[in-house]
Amino acid sequence: MSGILNTSIARKIAMALSGLFLIIFLTQHFIINFTSVVSPESFNEISHFMGTNPLVQFLLQPVLIFGVVFHFVMGFILELQNRAARTTGYAVYKGSANANWVSRNMIISGLVVLAFMGLHFYDFWVPEMIYKYVEFNSEDPNRYYEELVHKFESPARTGIYAVSFILLALHLWHGFQSAFQTMGVNNKYTPAIKNLGKAFAVLIPFGFVVIAIFHHFNH
Amino acid sequence: MATLESKIPQGPLADKWTKHKNDIDLVNPANKRNIDVIVVGTGLAGGSAAATLAELGYNVKTFCYQDSPRRAHSIAAQGGINAAKNYQGDGDSVYRLFYDTVKGGDYRAREANVYRLAEVSANIIDQCVAQGVPFAREYGGLLDNRSFGGVLVSRTFYAKGQTGQQLLLGAYSAMNRQINRGKIKAYNRHEMLDLVLVDGKARGIIARDLVTGEIERHSAHAVVIASGGYGNVFFLSTNAMGSNVTAAWKIHKKGAHFANPCFTQIHPTCIPVSGDHQSKLTLMSESLRNDGRIWVPKKLEDAKAVREGKLKPTAIPEEDRDYYLERRYPSFGNLVPRDVASRAAKERCDAGYGVNATGEAVFLDFDAAIMRYGREKAITSGMKNASDAEVRKLGEEIIESKYGNLFQMYEKIVDENPYKTPMMIYPAVHYTMGGIWVDYNLMTTIPGCYAAGEANFSDHGANRLGASALMQGLADGYFVLPYTIGDYLSDDIRTGPISTDLPEFEKAEKNIKEQINSLINNNGTNSVDYYHKKLGKIMWNKCGMARNEQGLKEAMEEIRALREDFYKNVRVPGDENGKNSELEKALRVADFLELGELFAKDALHRNESCGGHFREEYQTEEGEALRDDENFKYVAAWEYKGEPKDAVLHKEDLVYENIELKTRSYK
Amino acid sequence: MKLKLKIWRQKNADSAGKIVDYDINNVSPDMSFLEMLDVLNEDLIAKGDDPVEFDHDCREGICGACSLQINGEPHGPDRGVTTCQLHMRKFKDGDTIYIEPFRAKAFPVVKDLIVDRSAFDRIQQAGGYISVNTSGNTIDANAIPINKHDADKAFDAATCIGCGACVAACKNASAMLFTSAKVSQFSLLPQGKVEATERVMNMVKQMDLEGFGNCTNTGACEVECPKGISLENIARLNREYLSASVKG
Repeated sequence: MSGILNTSIARKIAMALSGLFLIIFLTQHFIINFTSVVSPESFNEISHFMGTNPLVQFLLQPVLIFGVVFHFVMGFILELQNRAARTTGYAVYKGSANANWVSRNMIISGLVVLAFMGLHFYDFWVPEMIYKYVEFNSEDPNRYYEELVHKFESPARTGIYAVSFILLALHLWHGFQSAFQTMGVNNKYTPAIKNLGKAFAVLIPFGFVVIAIFHHFNH
Repeated sequence: MATLESKIPQGPLADKWTKHKNDIDLVNPANKRNIDVIVVGTGLAGGSAAATLAELGYNVKTFCYQDSPRRAHSIAAQGGINAAKNYQGDGDSVYRLFYDTVKGGDYRAREANVYRLAEVSANIIDQCVAQGVPFAREYGGLLDNRSFGGVLVSRTFYAKGQTGQQLLLGAYSAMNRQINRGKIKAYNRHEMLDLVLVDGKARGIIARDLVTGEIERHSAHAVVIASGGYGNVFFLSTNAMGSNVTAAWKIHKKGAHFANPCFTQIHPTCIPVSGDHQSKLTLMSESLRNDGRIWVPKKLEDAKAVREGKLKPTAIPEEDRDYYLERRYPSFGNLVPRDVASRAAKERCDAGYGVNATGEAVFLDFDAAIMRYGREKAITSGMKNASDAEVRKLGEEIIESKYGNLFQMYEKIVDENPYKTPMMIYPAVHYTMGGIWVDYNLMTTIPGCYAAGEANFSDHGANRLGASALMQGLADGYFVLPYTIGDYLSDDIRTGPISTDLPEFEKAEKNIKEQINSLINNNGTNSVDYYHKKLGKIMWNKCGMARNEQGLKEAMEEIRALREDFYKNVRVPGDENGKNSELEKALRVADFLELGELFAKDALHRNESCGGHFREEYQTEEGEALRDDENFKYVAAWEYKGEPKDAVLHKEDLVYENIELKTRSYK
Repeated sequence: MKLKLKIWRQKNADSAGKIVDYDINNVSPDMSFLEMLDVLNEDLIAKGDDPVEFDHDCREGICGACSLQINGEPHGPDRGVTTCQLHMRKFKDGDTIYIEPFRAKAFPVVKDLIVDRSAFDRIQQAGGYISVNTSGNTIDANAIPINKHDADKAFDAATCIGCGACVAACKNASAMLFTSAKVSQFSLLPQGKVEATERVMNMVKQMDLEGFGNCTNTGACEVECPKGISLENIARLNREYLSASVKG
C-alpha cells in the first residue's frame, strides 16, 4: 500500500468507505429505533445491551465516532481543496444544466447533518455519557424508552429532527451511489445500485421522521 | 536547366529500400547524444519522426503553433489508413498498393518512393497496434478493413470516423514517452519564422513564442519540416484555421525547391458553403462513398424546384435521378478517385443540376444502404416478415455504428437529419500533393533540411488516394526519415553544439523583427482576413477545379497586386509583445500571397491535365483529363529568385521502369 | 439576429481581467459560434480596437482547441458538440451571452478567452503511453485478437479530444474524466496491461500536482463532454488505482 491518503483518489476512496460504514450504522440505528414504535420492551432491551456491552461501548463506539469525525473532516478537506482548484470563479455558472443540486451541495447537506448530530449528541449521547461515566448512576434497563419519548415532546425539536432528516435524505440520495462509483463499481448493476440508493435515501430518513412524529403525538 | 539529384538507389525496385538501408552511414548511439535535431510540426509525420529520432538517441526539439502536439491537423483525418496487409485475402499486395498509388496519382509520383511507402505500410499497422491505437475490429477479434476510392481491394484500417485522431494520439503518446525521458523538448505555441543556414547547411531556426511574443533562436545539426500542406491558400478549405505554408515557404526562400505547387486535391464530399461568414469547410469522409450513392435530379426543372425548396429530394422517383458516377464509371461507380468525383460534381452543377440554394451541391444518399443493411440484419436476426419501417430502423442502426459521428456532425452544421433526407455535398480544397522537393532520403535541396509528410511532394503525384495521407505521414516519420537522416548526420559527430550567437542567427532574427515591426506599424485599413478571403476567391475561381491559361495569367497578376496592397494597407492591431492572433495570421497570409502566385505559375506552365490539375484546354471529348507524358512526365521543382514570377524551373524526369504508363480509366 | 455579448477580457496572465459588453448585429443562425466571434473581431479591428483572443483550430470538433464557457456551460448549451460546432440557431434574437474562459487553477488564462491547458500534456507525459519502441519490429497486428467489446470501449475512451470541458464544467475543476479516459483506453487493451500499475499511479500523481480538484461524482463532466466520454471510465480509473495501490 503506497501511501494511504496521499492522492485525490485515495482520499475519495476513504471518503466512500467511511460513508458506506455510516450507511450501515444508520441502518442498524434505524432498526433499533423502529422497535420503539412496535415494542417499548424490545427497545429497552436492545438499548440496554448496546449501552452496557463492553464490545459496543469500547470498540464499536470509538470506531463509529472515528468514522463520523473522519467523514466530516475529510469532507471539509476535500471541499477546501476543491474550492482552491478554481481560484477565479465564473460570472455565470450554470451548474443545474449538468448536475443535480444534491450532488453539487453535499457540503450543505453534510453541514446540516453535522449540526443535527451536535443536537443529537446533546440530546442523547452527552446525557448518556454523564449518566454512565460522570455521575456513575446505576443502570436502569427500562429507562431508555421513557427518555426517548420525553425528547420528542417539544414540537420544535421534532421539527428540527424532521428537517435534518430531509437533508440527510438528500445527502444519501447522491452519497449512496457515489460511494460505489468511487469504489470503482460502475457496471450492469449500477442502475440497480442507483435505485437502491434512492430507495434507501428516501425510506430510512423518512422512517426516522415517522418515528419522531409518532413519539411526538403518542407520548 | 539543371536536373535534380533524386538519389534513388540502384537495383530492382523491390530491393531498393533494403539495400539503401544497408548502404547508408549510421551514427553510433554514443554520438547521437551529441546531435540535435529540430522538428517543425507535430502531426503524424513530425510527431512520429520526433519520437523515433529521440528514441534512437538524438536530442530533439519540436515546434508547433498549437497549444499541444495533440491538436495538429492530422487529427481531423477521418476515414482510414491503407496498408498492404492482405488480411481480407482479396489479392492485395505491396505491388498492388504501389501500383494503385502511382496510378491514382496519375503517374506523376516517384516510383521508388511509392514502392517504399507500400513496403513499410504493413509495419505501420503493427506499430500502431502495439502502441494501443484502437482500430476497428471484427467479432473474431481481428482487425477490420474497408474500401476507399480508386482501388479494388479492402485495405483500409480505421477507427470509426476518427482514424487520424487515433493515429495522432498514438504518435503523441510516443512523443510523450520521450518528453518524459527528457529526449524531446516540446516548444508548443511556437511558430517557426525562418530557417538559419550556416555554411550552406541548415543549422537552426528562428521561432516566435506565440504567448510572450519573444523571438527565439534555436540551433541544431538538422532541421525537419513537417508542417503540413498549404490548402489554406484558398482561404476556405478543410484544413485547420492555423494550417499554413510559412515553414515550408521560408525554407523555399532559403533555397529549398518547391515542387508541383499546383497539384492540389479538391475533395468531393464536403459540406457545401452556406454563406459569406463561412470560415472553413467540413469534410465528410470518403468512407461514406462505400455506402452512399451520389446523384442529382435528371430533370432541370426538378433541380430548380429542389433549389427553391419546393420539392423534397425524397419525393423524386428513382427513374428521375441521375446517379452520374455510376452512369459514367460503371466499374468503380461511387468509389472513383477524388479528382474524378470532384470534377464530375462540378460538371453536373455547372450544367444547372445543383441542389442547394447556391446551386453548388449534389446529393449523397444512404437510403439504399440503409435498406440493404436493414434487410441483411433482419434475416440474420431471424425476423422473417420485417416491415419496411423495421428494416429501416435496423439499417439506420448499422449506418449509425459505421458513420455515427459523421452523421451527427452533418446534422449539427446543416440542421437536417441525414438518416431521413440525403446529405448535400460539394467539393472543397483538402490536401496538397505538391510541396517541398525532396530526394529519396527526404532531404530538400538545402543540406541538412528535410521535409516529411504533406509538406513534401513525393508520394502522391497529381492526386492522392483516400487513406494514403496517414500512411505517408507515418511512413516518413516512423520508418524512413529517422534512418535516412543518419546518413547526413554521420558527418556531424564531431561538430559539437551549434552556437546561436553566429552572425547568421543574428541576421535572420533581425529580419524577422523588422518584418513584424513593419506589419504592426503599418496602420492600414483592411484586416488580414480581408486579404486572405480575396486571395482565396482568386485561387478558387482561377486555380481551382478547372484552370485555363487566361485565368491563370490573370490570377498571377491579381495575386501580385493583392500582395502589394496587403503591404500597403493591412491593419494588424495590438503589439508584438504577447499573444496576437492577427499578427500570426498576417505573417502566414504574407507567405500565402507569394505561394499563390507560384501556384498559378506552375499550373500555367503545365500544359496538360493530370490528377487534381485540370486544364480546360487539355481534355478528351468525354471531358476526362488529357495527360501529356511526352512533355510533362516530370516533377516541376521551382527555385526561389525573389519574386514568385521569377522562380526558375528545375525538372526531375520521372522514370517508370516497373509500371507501364496508361491513360487512367475507372470506367 | 442581434445579440448582447459579455466577454471576459484580460491582457495577459499577470493582469486583472473584466467582463466587457459588446453589441453585435447581423448574426445569421447558420453561423457557428466562432464565426460569430470572427464577425465581432472584424468589427473591432475596423474600429481600431483589439480583437478578442480565443483558441480554435480545426473548427470541426476534433482538435480540442476551442473552449469557452458560454452562458455558464463549457461549449455552450448544445450537447455533444464543441464550441466550433455550436451554431447560432441555438440562440434567440436579443439574447445576452456570457463568454468566459474555462476556469481552473490548473488552466491559467493566457489572454482573454485563451487558457493554458498544458497540465493535460503533463498528465499524459507521466504515463499516458505504452512503452514500445517505434522501430516497427513488433509482432503482427493480428497476432493478439482483442474482443470487439473491449476494443470498442477502448476506442470510446480514446476519443477524448483533451479540450478541458470536463474540468470547466466540474464544480471542483477535477480532471478525472480526462485522466480516466486515457487510463481506460490502455487498461482495456492487452498491450496496455503490462504497465498498468505505474501508469495509473504516475498519472494520478501528476493530476494532483497540477492542482485539479477532487471528483465528487456530480456527473457534470459526462454531460458536458463533447465526445460523450462516460463516467464508467472514472469508475475504471478508481478500480485501477485501487488494484495498483494493493499491488504497488
